[in-house]
Amino acid sequence: MKIAVLVKQTPDTAELSRVAAEDVRSGQIKATLVINPWDEFAAEEAILLGERYGATSVAISLGQPSAVDVLKHALAMGVGAAMLVDSRALQGGDLWTTASVLAAAVQAEGADLVLTGRQSVDDNSGAVAAGVAAYLGWPLVSAVCQIVEIADNQITVERLIEGAQERIRVPLPAVLSVNKEINEPRYPSFIGIRKANKAPIPVIAAASLGVAAESARTQWRNLRKPEERPQSCHWIEGASAAEQAARLVDLLLAEKVI
Amino acid sequence: MSVLVWIEHTPNGPVASSCEVLGKAQEIARQLGVPVVAAVVGADSTAAEAVRVYGADRVLALVSPPLAQYRLSGSVAALRLAAEQTAATVILTAATIRGREVAATLAHQLGAGYAPEAVDLGVEAGRLVAVRSIYSNNLLVDVTFTSAVQVASIRPRSFPFPATCSTASPVVLLDPGLTEADLREQLLATRNTDNGEVSLADAAIIVAGGRGVAQNPSQGFALVAELAGLLGAAVGASRAAVDAGYIPYKHQVGQTGRTVKPDLYIAAGISGAIQHLAGMGGSKRIVAINPDKAAPIFEKAHYGVAGDLFQVLPALTAELKKRLGR
Repeated sequence: MKIAVLVKQTPDTAELSRVAAEDVRSGQIKATLVINPWDEFAAEEAILLGERYGATSVAISLGQPSAVDVLKHALAMGVGAAMLVDSRALQGGDLWTTASVLAAAVQAEGADLVLTGRQSVDDNSGAVAAGVAAYLGWPLVSAVCQIVEIADNQITVERLIEGAQERIRVPLPAVLSVNKEINEPRYPSFIGIRKANKAPIPVIAAASLGVAAESARTQWRNLRKPEERPQSCHWIEGASAAEQAARLVDLLLAEKVI
Repeated sequence: MSVLVWIEHTPNGPVASSCEVLGKAQEIARQLGVPVVAAVVGADSTAAEAVRVYGADRVLALVSPPLAQYRLSGSVAALRLAAEQTAATVILTAATIRGREVAATLAHQLGAGYAPEAVDLGVEAGRLVAVRSIYSNNLLVDVTFTSAVQVASIRPRSFPFPATCSTASPVVLLDPGLTEADLREQLLATRNTDNGEVSLADAAIIVAGGRGVAQNPSQGFALVAELAGLLGAAVGASRAAVDAGYIPYKHQVGQTGRTVKPDLYIAAGISGAIQHLAGMGGSKRIVAINPDKAAPIFEKAHYGVAGDLFQVLPALTAELKKRLGR
């Protein structure tokens, strides 16, 4: 069995608020770039499945040349191999462009299970797993919190939805998006980092994957910062907690929020 | 043509966030001059009946035995038929786990553009415009569509819950003629995790605790829960509190937790890491309780109480009991 882990390079969550609309338009993000935190759970699960079932794994990223760093991170954690698809020729695409290219890369790698995080912290679409599954024609299970068993060419998982936990079985090959509850991602070891630095990481042009060019079905317009709230914090004073509580309740009742 | 809304349901009835979408869909449909169709998928029309009061021009009950329980491939197959039969040009779902996978998969099958987790919708020149909040709520962007069919999922609490109508929508039955062989997933078991707590996504009020509970975490979160219980609120937490093991992850608000949009967010003992602020900054009113007046949470707060949650929360609970007569 071969597992493809889809990872994305995203700004560090502590710096997301400093990303300007102009940076996103130009694609030149001025922030520390790291592996999308949600994708670390997918990388960890691929490594764990390697231990459980002897599966091999490959991390695939669609991104700029700098995204090689997140692939090194995945390798240093223990993912077996890595591949970067250069996104620079895909300007103006939409999430279907991303999904179709990643699906082609999964196919080129001959993987039979795809793991990815629930969403990226930058685009927040959470749609890439569904898109990749749709292009490949494979079943999708999202929000997976446990891989129960892989047997008889089927995978059984637990997943968390609002108000319920479901146990679902689908035939392989399949695409899973995983939740934070699934595991605790390891930190790359020193030896892992050294190995990752020496590992060859092929960089592939999207065109070489034979993906048919489709025109984008959505377009982004008027990228902007949300309006900042002008007023500042109103301090609730009082000689005691009880006095403060009474004043606060007065205000909240007047505003009809309670 | 139509605006088609998928109404997700559980054994408790239609999911609140899909009803919110149905409310807004009526405004969108009016602007487009087309009817609103609420599509409900199931083995019979019981769930569809409960949707009749929310103002759709009609409720389409997609009824087939294999659809007794939600499974992605079955729901998508049924909704695809509904989209074709009603010539839907706009298809909307709530951005729940299921709503997001349904919207994306259906959009792909229909060759449609897809705007995930939109926070607002509008119409310009007869076309849908979906506003998305990206970079973890630090940027907004308008999404426009070049495809004939336009699909969006809508973040819970983006729109008010619709008023009930005096005239019930007619129910139309449609059998998509599915057999078990058409479905790809086996649902082996479902365990209800809904223990009567208000969920963060749907809560009008959230009371959240952070590292400020450290001196006595279980008592701290008991105080948070007591106030939440009194207000019918959900219990939230900062990542610091979750990582410290004070409370399970499902309560986490923030970039690697849940994005929330309540009318009132009470942050107790939360300093306000930037990742937390990104997850709750959209709350209508924010109250922060923290002994450190320089804590970043006060930059987002409308009301600040410089104090210790172990004193302020019980005082607040006592005061509210008095005023609300509960």
